[in-house]
Amino acid sequence: MSERYTIPEASVGYLLQELAKSGRRVLGPKVVAGRIEITNIKSFADVVKHGQSVVSAKGVVFPKVERLLRYRFEGGKNIALDDVEPQAHPTVLFGLRPCEARAFHALDVVFNWDSKDKFFNARMANTTVIALSCTQADESCFCTSLGSRPDDPQGSDILLSPLNAGGFVAEVVTEKGKALVALANDAFQPLSGQADVVPPATVAAAFDAKDLQQKLAAQFDSALWAEQSLRCVGCGACAFVCPTCVCFDIQDEADTKQGQRLRAWDSCGMRIFTLHASGHNPRDKQSQRWRQRVYHKFAYYPERLGTLGCVGCGKCSRACPVDMNLKQHLAQAAKSATLG
Amino acid sequence: MEALKSKAQELLAAGTVKVVIGYGKGTGENRRPIFVRTAERVADLVVDTACTQNLATYLTKAEIRTLGRMAIVAVPSTLRSILQLAAEKQLREENILALAIIDGAVRELATFDAIEEAVATVPDAMGEADQKMIDKLTAMSVSERRAFWAGELGRCVKCYACRSSCPMCYCERCTMDCNRPQWIPVASHALGNLEYHMVRAMHLAGRCVQCGTCGTACPVGIPVHLLTFFAEQTVRRQFGQKGGASAKLDYAMSTFKPDDKETFIR
Amino acid sequence: MADPFEPKMTAFVCNWCTYAGADLTGTSRIKYQSNVRVIRLPCTGRIDFMMVMKAFSRGSDGVIISGCHPNDCHYTSGNYHARRRWMVFRDLMDFMGIDLRRVTFSWVSAAEGAKWAELVNDATNTVRALGPYTEVQQLAAVGIE
Repeated sequence: MSERYTIPEASVGYLLQELAKSGRRVLGPKVVAGRIEITNIKSFADVVKHGQSVVSAKGVVFPKVERLLRYRFEGGKNIALDDVEPQAHPTVLFGLRPCEARAFHALDVVFNWDSKDKFFNARMANTTVIALSCTQADESCFCTSLGSRPDDPQGSDILLSPLNAGGFVAEVVTEKGKALVALANDAFQPLSGQADVVPPATVAAAFDAKDLQQKLAAQFDSALWAEQSLRCVGCGACAFVCPTCVCFDIQDEADTKQGQRLRAWDSCGMRIFTLHASGHNPRDKQSQRWRQRVYHKFAYYPERLGTLGCVGCGKCSRACPVDMNLKQHLAQAAKSATLG
Repeated sequence: MEALKSKAQELLAAGTVKVVIGYGKGTGENRRPIFVRTAERVADLVVDTACTQNLATYLTKAEIRTLGRMAIVAVPSTLRSILQLAAEKQLREENILALAIIDGAVRELATFDAIEEAVATVPDAMGEADQKMIDKLTAMSVSERRAFWAGELGRCVKCYACRSSCPMCYCERCTMDCNRPQWIPVASHALGNLEYHMVRAMHLAGRCVQCGTCGTACPVGIPVHLLTFFAEQTVRRQFGQKGGASAKLDYAMSTFKPDDKETFIR
Repeated sequence: MADPFEPKMTAFVCNWCTYAGADLTGTSRIKYQSNVRVIRLPCTGRIDFMMVMKAFSRGSDGVIISGCHPNDCHYTSGNYHARRRWMVFRDLMDFMGIDLRRVTFSWVSAAEGAKWAELVNDATNTVRALGPYTEVQQLAAVGIE
């Protein structure tokens, strides 16, 4: 059960200070050279209160390039294998959008599905999320179409919502969140009853995810996918900025003396993603790859993993070089009730 | 752009082309590529100063080509891309029709010669801001430049938006994807990013029409177009040959003159 | 006391001219610094421009590229193509922050044994003064978590 506090505006700086003093990295959305990036936060003024970072915060638990192991040839047939301990530096993600906070669950279900990914788990265990409710949204956002809302506490360890009079309500959702409160107790004042919060952003639902999932069941062979994907150029921008996309490539980089095994982000939108060694490619057309992206996130994930593979943040739409607006495409798919 | 819409209408109604590749209204103030196949949808076509993306990249896409003969709304850089693609034998004249937008007017250009003639009248230089940036970089010291590119390329995630949006990157077996050997690393670490962008710039040298679409496509705001612009500019300066001038191939990197002048070989 | 820095030099040379020329250096008993590792290719035209970058990132401090003089290429025109490639790639490397003082280009014929020795000595001395090329060598570890 969540605990609720208020944090006066003046105490946020103290909270950030104590977090940093505890040896944690404090990262959050900040404007760097005109773009919003997830990077080091020193003061609350740094934190972007509205708007989405270009690339998600998933890199904190699932880096774009990660070393899994190293090896060396030591002469003759001797190979020294170095297991790599994940660098799971204790981290606080501060000021994240609630949709991004929810995204970690979608990563978690994949990384703990059959084998337990020690790298992801080590980083996730050491990461605490303090999200900040959205009081503004843009035309790419669609959290409300997915059963969520701009002030959804799910996925956050602590959710901050701004008060009209300044300061924040802090909803402490998890044990991890409680542990952070203990670091800076003075900043948190207990709250009972209602708080005068700034109304969360209005995000009109463009479709309903459950309805979409049902509709998708009958649309696998629809001409819709070819139509929607005509302009898609098959890059990886959407997959790489996405907080829930989790596909990766394993690359061995080596010479005659030593090598390392790396994990790197991969994208199902790229043609060679499903290229077999035989030369056959089951998803040789962009329409098949586009369909796969939609079905993976909105049909297969809920079916098999009990959660959506999307949080409605809209980063993909904003990053796409040819304006593939996911919200629009999904609304169209949800409206198309019949085959073809 | 009523002239464009009525032309597009005409062409589709008569069956002269099966698809008009053009710009349409996108999210917010954006424009997006659209593929008009029926007279009813001609109204979706937009032409304004926000329409800068080089649409020629779609002329080599199988999904678009199978639709039939293509008309393409072509700003000058798109026209140049068409010429370069033609020079590299990637386009057949009878398969495409350019709806050129030059100085606000629409012209139907049905032959590569016509395109060559039309585009010769348009000044061919990179934008002022880009030239300024290149000049600024060339004035820096080597280590300042290294720091600049390390900072910029550090954000690269190897999404290949640059490659995918470039009309000249049409190779089905791109060297970046070759894995026997994996000459260019897949992962987006510092070395991999440096090598990828170097190779791409070299592969564009002499072929780049300096449209800047690669730089605009980059989701993390790296000015990658400056690299290809620089490589292209170098070729123009050194050899007097350039990308996108003609449908007859004049590719600097596969030709030579016995008296090419260089200053650095002992 | 630590050993003084000795640069690792990699040389990409063509088989018919420079490699033969280097061989002549040896048979003529002309001594030259032994920092260089020679990689023999059929022709300078075969040299992929990225070989220079690969050499640096794999530990070289300096790179030498050498082949037949213009008009003397065993394959008629390989060196002309190579020359064009270098004219562009050299500028691009410089633009992206690679230290061109560490890259030496030359034409060395099969008869120029003395020239090869001088070339290697000069290049090695230059790179020794510049120190190890750690900026590129260390790149291999950057950006991996």
